[in-house]
Amino acid sequence: MSDVAADTRDIGGPAQPLLIARDLAKHFHVRGAGRSARVRAVDGVSFTLFKGETLGIVGESGCGKSTLARLLLHLLERDAGELIFDGEPVGAPRGITVAALRRHVQMVFQDSYSSLNPRMPVQDSVAFGPFVHGRNKPDARRVARDMLVKVGLNPDLFGPRYPHELSGGQKQRVNIARALAIEPRMVILDEAVSALDKSVEAQVLNLLRALKQQFNLTYLFISHDLNVVRYVSDRVLVMYLGCVVELGPSEDIFIRPLHPYTRALLGSRPSMDPANRIEEPPITGDPPSPIDPPGGCRFHTRCPFAEAVCEQRSPALGAWLERESHVAACHMLDRGSGHSRAAQ
Amino acid sequence: MSQTATLPIAFDDDAPPALRVRGYWSTVGYRLRHDPVTLCFGAIVLLIVLIAIFAPLLAPFDPYKESVILRLKPFGYRGHPLGTDELGRDLLSRLIYGGRSSLLMGLIPVCIATALGGTLGVIGGFAGRRVNAVIMRTMDVFYAFPSVLLAVAISGAMGGGMANGMAALALVFIPAMCRVAETATAQVRSLDFIEAARATGAGTFTIVRYHVLGNVLGPVFIYASSLVSVSILLASGLSFLGLGVKPPTPDWGLMLSTLRQSIYIVPLSCALPGAAIFVTSICFNLVSDGIRAAMDVRL
Amino acid sequence: MLRYIAHRILLAVPIALGVSVVCFSLVYLAPGDPLQTILPSDATADMVAQIKHAYGFDRPLPVQYLLWLGHVLTGDFGASISTRRPVILEVTGALSNTFILTSFAIPLAFIMGYTMGALAGCFPGRVVDRLVTGAAVVGVSLPNYWLGIVLVIVFAVQLMVLPATGMGPKGSAEFSLLRWSDAQYLVLPVITLAMIPVGIIARTTRAAVAEVLNQDFVTTLRAKGLSEFAVIRHVLKNSAPQVLAVMGLQFGYLMGGSILIETVFTWPGSGFMLSKAIINRDIPVLQGTILFLSMIFVATNLVVDLLQSLIDPRIRRS
Repeated sequence: MSDVAADTRDIGGPAQPLLIARDLAKHFHVRGAGRSARVRAVDGVSFTLFKGETLGIVGESGCGKSTLARLLLHLLERDAGELIFDGEPVGAPRGITVAALRRHVQMVFQDSYSSLNPRMPVQDSVAFGPFVHGRNKPDARRVARDMLVKVGLNPDLFGPRYPHELSGGQKQRVNIARALAIEPRMVILDEAVSALDKSVEAQVLNLLRALKQQFNLTYLFISHDLNVVRYVSDRVLVMYLGCVVELGPSEDIFIRPLHPYTRALLGSRPSMDPANRIEEPPITGDPPSPIDPPGGCRFHTRCPFAEAVCEQRSPALGAWLERESHVAACHMLDRGSGHSRAAQ
Repeated sequence: MSQTATLPIAFDDDAPPALRVRGYWSTVGYRLRHDPVTLCFGAIVLLIVLIAIFAPLLAPFDPYKESVILRLKPFGYRGHPLGTDELGRDLLSRLIYGGRSSLLMGLIPVCIATALGGTLGVIGGFAGRRVNAVIMRTMDVFYAFPSVLLAVAISGAMGGGMANGMAALALVFIPAMCRVAETATAQVRSLDFIEAARATGAGTFTIVRYHVLGNVLGPVFIYASSLVSVSILLASGLSFLGLGVKPPTPDWGLMLSTLRQSIYIVPLSCALPGAAIFVTSICFNLVSDGIRAAMDVRL
Repeated sequence: MLRYIAHRILLAVPIALGVSVVCFSLVYLAPGDPLQTILPSDATADMVAQIKHAYGFDRPLPVQYLLWLGHVLTGDFGASISTRRPVILEVTGALSNTFILTSFAIPLAFIMGYTMGALAGCFPGRVVDRLVTGAAVVGVSLPNYWLGIVLVIVFAVQLMVLPATGMGPKGSAEFSLLRWSDAQYLVLPVITLAMIPVGIIARTTRAAVAEVLNQDFVTTLRAKGLSEFAVIRHVLKNSAPQVLAVMGLQFGYLMGGSILIETVFTWPGSGFMLSKAIINRDIPVLQGTILFLSMIFVATNLVVDLLQSLIDPRIRRS
């Protein structure tokens, strides 16, 4: 981590986490089949994001990753929970406003095409942020052209172009420039490289890494691609059906996963070694509908080790092993849970 | 921080681009310039507009001058190339002047409807569910009338006249225009760049001004251009029923209605004003089709 | 399915009420006091007040509307100013004449438009397609009342094979479709009326058919070795819901467009009555006719919606 203390915007000091999320929840109401139901897209998610780190968030599609990202930026109104940005509660009377939060937190979206205005030259798209934040138009454009240089795009060549005239990787770099143009402290990358070709993906990941150092950024890196997450993240958070099931340092998660769901996820990665092929899929079926999530542990319907206790009580997220930093929510780790494997 | 401003990663796209950089509107312009059919009919539209503007210079006679002895004369009678009408007025001069009211009644209601309906549609598409419901359900009520019927009902109740006719036509077009704008806005609204703009901290008004309008203008303009011909047809229909332009003002619809009484005496003259309406309307239609094709750029 | 039907009908009720509000307010759009249309010209102030009270004009507007709605629902539309007969009788009589016209014009228009559009759509880019596309542009640009006049000039004035206007010497009371001497009066108005929607129906059918032809399942059908005729059958079936929707809308335009056509041919239908009412400033008749016609339009749209959902189950779900 670089010298965070040099940043004048840093209020809480280097020890204060940049973002704390506590029990965030978002329930959508869906009307269908006559009765109204609630989708628990995000259901009590808590985590801490330290200054200068990259936190990876993984999970199957539909597990609430993107909803979580939008909650953090207040693009969606949260139903419960609280957000603390650099020691200041967001939206609370004595905290910082949503507008101020958006100065500090930016987001890069998955769809590089639809996240740029098709009727705007890309340099204007980049300049929009600084313009909104009070710079005049020529000034904002100058900032935009500087940012394009920083993401490796020649502003004379690419600045006046329209999004459809750029390749996917170029567009995503424009999106990164757009996010960085208002000098945020934190960037949420919501599947930001998932739609790119592998070779381009690597280039963009390296670019993100370089920019992070240059601008003192903190990343929240959302992806379903475990290899990429392992490559970029300091810590990894695993989500299942709107809940956190495991959170820990990246290498711990990948080498010694605790939760059976994490293990299944890791096991489902295609192996590069044909001799190491698995015949049985480590996890079968689709995740249950978040409209009526199963009681108890949400994973019990697909978990090979599920027992009666898993259906009855939902496990707490706790640090069960020697390391405080590695937490997981599974009855098998809790000696007092009554699960037959917990004693081992 | 050991990083300098130079990038450690090499991107290989600094080579000059193979494709020409061209914005949306210049693409549309390029396509239109290379569309002979649209250009040709566009030229005829221009000609019709010019004839209407310079009517006083072009018309051989005073279109209001009546003459008892010259009533319903055939083509070419005593220097009247297209003969005379039932009050002895020169038909060619009246046809030339008649374009003025027809064009005005074709264009002005569409402009009013585009401004009002478009604004309402953008508001409806971008505002919350309740505002949208109020606007769109109101529009649905007006949509529930066949357009001719609504135009006749309103201008009929208001008592005819050119201004009332235009107001009635504008009211007929507003719901449809509103729907087009609302659909386009709702489509744009769901795209990520709007969310990205919100994440930047921009207010609703700024987002609409810089990110929504540019994307809604295209569909709205295409639809408005297709309405011009409809408006011309409806307007002349109103005049035909005695609801639009009042006599003695020369107007194609009105002329059709009065000359119809003399259908057995001068059948050919009787068909002329209608032909003028038809030609104008078909030219506007084809130009509108060309604009639609040129603007249909899937970016 | 029943739920869906009930839902659709419930949705149509507020629309119908809205339409009635618009029709009610037509009276207030008219310049001057709405009373002037009812009052004799030499009315005293006392008489004015009396009539005002009798008609409820001294009540607040919403109350007036409810009173009016109550009258309308019981079939009381007031009396025509020019003929003094109840509007309901005038309107229903005229509507039956309009119905004679439309019941011939609609099938004619739909068959012509659909055939043209389907042909063009099945052979995109060919000569047939160009001809139909051209004809469709002409069709939508044509002032239909002018077409009526031209037809009269050709067939009645020049060739003298068909009557120009009216419903026959005996009038509408004894009109019979079975006698050629009466039925010949139908020919020109029906053709003219049918021309109104042909262009748009042809265009929509062409677009719908061409769109379906481009879908993957058509390639599958061909790959399965189906004959081209069978493929076309599938394509037409799949394009039907879209075409049906437009036809329903066009039905309404045809009813509305009949104002001009009936005026040209002095056919004593609802449209002709409307244009007479406009000339005589007979607001009760204007209001009643428009309410009737627009309610028919609302009902047709409802029926088309329901038919569409019967054909295409996808619509029901959304």
